[in-house]
Amino acid sequence: MNWKTFGAMLARDAHVARRNAVQLILQTFLQPLLFVFVFGKVMVSSGFLPEAYKSLLLPGIISISMVFTGIWAVAMPLIAEFQWTREIEDRLLAPISVGWIAIEKVIAGMIQALIAGLVVIPLAWLVLGRGVQISLGSPWTFALIILLIATFSACGGLALGCTINQQHIGLMFGMVITPMIFFGCTYYPWSALKTFPILQKAVLINPLVYASEGMRATLVPQFPHLSIAAVIGALLFFDVLLLVVGLRQFENKAVS
Amino acid sequence: MAVGIRTLDLRKVYDSSPPLGAAGGFVARADSKGGKQPKTQIPALDGLSLDVQPGEIFGLLGPNGAGKSTTVGVLTTRVRPTSGQAWIGEHDVWKEQTRVKHLIGVVPQRPNLDFSLTAREILVFHGAYFGIGSKQRNERADSLLEKFKLTERGNQMLRGFSGGMMQRLSIARAMMHDPQVLFLDEPSSGLDPQTRILLWEIIREYHQAGKTVLLTTHNMEEADALCQRLAIVDHGRRIAVGTPAELKATIPGGFLLRLRFGNQSPELLKKLESLTGVREVRSTESTGVDIYADRGGSLISEIANLAASSGADLSDVHISEPSLENLFLHHTGRSLRD
Repeated sequence: MNWKTFGAMLARDAHVARRNAVQLILQTFLQPLLFVFVFGKVMVSSGFLPEAYKSLLLPGIISISMVFTGIWAVAMPLIAEFQWTREIEDRLLAPISVGWIAIEKVIAGMIQALIAGLVVIPLAWLVLGRGVQISLGSPWTFALIILLIATFSACGGLALGCTINQQHIGLMFGMVITPMIFFGCTYYPWSALKTFPILQKAVLINPLVYASEGMRATLVPQFPHLSIAAVIGALLFFDVLLLVVGLRQFENKAVS
Repeated sequence: MAVGIRTLDLRKVYDSSPPLGAAGGFVARADSKGGKQPKTQIPALDGLSLDVQPGEIFGLLGPNGAGKSTTVGVLTTRVRPTSGQAWIGEHDVWKEQTRVKHLIGVVPQRPNLDFSLTAREILVFHGAYFGIGSKQRNERADSLLEKFKLTERGNQMLRGFSGGMMQRLSIARAMMHDPQVLFLDEPSSGLDPQTRILLWEIIREYHQAGKTVLLTTHNMEEADALCQRLAIVDHGRRIAVGTPAELKATIPGGFLLRLRFGNQSPELLKKLESLTGVREVRSTESTGVDIYADRGGSLISEIANLAASSGADLSDVHISEPSLENLFLHHTGRSLRD
């Protein structure tokens, strides 16, 4: 393992992220904040939704921001770099084994996902105003869960970015991302699906469910949620699965 | 110490179109329905063996699709061979990839520069990937920008760079970590004559520093001017190898006369063969004839007389002197530009 090369690649990604900071910030935070404003503020203050919905919504918004920042940060550059600009070739020729280049992408994506998650909390809180009841019972559990969420999102980005053809990016959003968001228990707790028993079972293949439920379990335990052990187990499973698939796909792309 | 390059019986068969890095261009596949496509086996290399001496400028000459880029891909860890072996110096390319990557610099056929960085940052980050210290990599980046006449554009992003500027920057980047072996895949395609001459000078200068250079080209002028030894490849096979002069000496006679007649007959071909100095006569298409001969211009009057007496109207004559183009044509029956 060549740490100098690995560090230089991380430095390159950080440099590019700094250069595109405004674009990244808008891309990461605009949509969740608009959602928070419409559902948490407009709908609640006009009486269509109860005050408690504010607290229910916030963990879901955190998980959605983290997951899509991580996926986006890894997948989109990979799709462009492998298929269009080919600029990744310079790093593929750097003195480091190909797998570590993929790991570097994952680490960079995780860092972006963690920043997104931690920044969206105060921002959303600011928009929601009074009435949000968050209690951070166990900071260590919270830290572990957001780390697992960041890993899953970055590994998911790796797997998607090395699998999707550039002409299918639109399809990826329509067929993967949109259903993931709506069946990801982000805007409602998993228990709310109990009147749709088949759907309630089916959504369990969606890793975003565990991210949202994990956030809910650690931040707003007053609402019904999946058990923390189940959340950690499932997230670990998805982390490993997506990492293995992502690494394999990356190596297939890197070496023909 | 200079480092050589060796391949032994390399074979590469693609299951689908050659992907990035190996193929000359972008590969767009029309698999819109996502159904199973019949697997097409595309052989790119068919038992290619090469032995490039340390400190040599070696050229791979061949038409598009001959397997030149795939060979470079295999030697630079980007294309895994179906069978056979490749070494850079003493190091097996596929067993000691990281070691090999330290030794090589690669200029790809199509620019793959980092569009998120400025020209100078591209060089500096490349140096960092290779573990060069901060002060040294900054100095080296500046001197390379100067050498490639890019200093003024150093702090600009690549949008707006011409093809020639990108090509120069690609070569500067490949030299950034001072590799022992430099691979250049079609380095001068698309360059204006002035830039091409600058490039040749730089390659010669790099070679004089004791480095090995392997370049691919379908430009015989470039191969002739630059390479100490050449391998001519076609359909993934090595057709001939030697110095440009040695290779040219293998063409029968050396001169090639390409003729076209109003009509031609087997008798005419026989008569042409009997002329003094003619080594080989080949009929091409319906009215064309290629003659390999020891002499060029002095044969024309005899050919014209012969044609007149046989009623075959001589309509076009082209004489070329011994060249790699003729050599290629002689070995494959195809022009390099086909």
